[in-house]
Amino acid sequence: MIDWFLVRDVLSWGLMLVGGAAVVTGAIGIVRFPDFFTRLHAAGVTDTAGAELIVFAMMLQAFSPEYGNSWLIFAKLAFIAVFLGLTSPVATHAIAHAAWMTGFKPMQGPELRYEGDGK
Amino acid sequence: MGRFIILVVVLAVVWLLLSGYFDKPLLLIFGAGSVIFSAWLAHRAGVLDAEGVPAGVFPGIFGYMVWLTVEIGKANIMVARQALAVEPKLSPKLFTVPNPPRSIVGKVIFANSITLTPGTVSIDLGEDEILVHGLTEELSDEAGIADMGARVAKIERGRA
Repeated sequence: MIDWFLVRDVLSWGLMLVGGAAVVTGAIGIVRFPDFFTRLHAAGVTDTAGAELIVFAMMLQAFSPEYGNSWLIFAKLAFIAVFLGLTSPVATHAIAHAAWMTGFKPMQGPELRYEGDGK
Repeated sequence: MGRFIILVVVLAVVWLLLSGYFDKPLLLIFGAGSVIFSAWLAHRAGVLDAEGVPAGVFPGIFGYMVWLTVEIGKANIMVARQALAVEPKLSPKLFTVPNPPRSIVGKVIFANSITLTPGTVSIDLGEDEILVHGLTEELSDEAGIADMGARVAKIERGRA
């Protein structure tokens, strides 16, 4: 006899921990990467893996005997996951495009030089 | 008219899922009224077109989302490895990729997919190409991104 709630809890905890680790990794990347555009990529880890995995973990937790209508909570969390996936790249693109249009140039190449940097 | 009906059905499903009222007649009538009113407003505002109600991308979008999730997972691992590496081997570069989807919805799906994948961000959209910033040489996979564009164009053609 398998205790499905235990299986659910183990899966949910796993997703929650991996998601939390992704959020922390993204934050570390934002601090460590050298310029604006490379930092955007680190923020992308927090946006996708971090946020979505934590929402998935919460979706599993929605099925508990103490809640009635638990699948409504599941549906609401699913909406949150979908809208996060739709809106976070729009925000990232808006920031990157604004920086590009104001003439902010990224570092390029393995030596991390700005364009026109003589050395 | 087809798009109007699709919008009414989608709004009704969203209303039911978010409210959770299935057995309160008065609230259901209010819900039905607000759904019809919202759909009428959308019709009146002239946004019931391929952009406002992009029914054409279904059902092809579901398979694409599964594929994209796997790609995002792989890219996440590569970027996380760079963020945690003792000496990150970054090699940022700018490059352009062709933008094969013809409709605005297709172009937006493609550009958003590029941005959603960690390690690549779409910076500027032209008529036929997208300017992309890549984090490392490995992540700046022009052939892989072109393949993604071809997939989006295929979903789009599914409607035609």
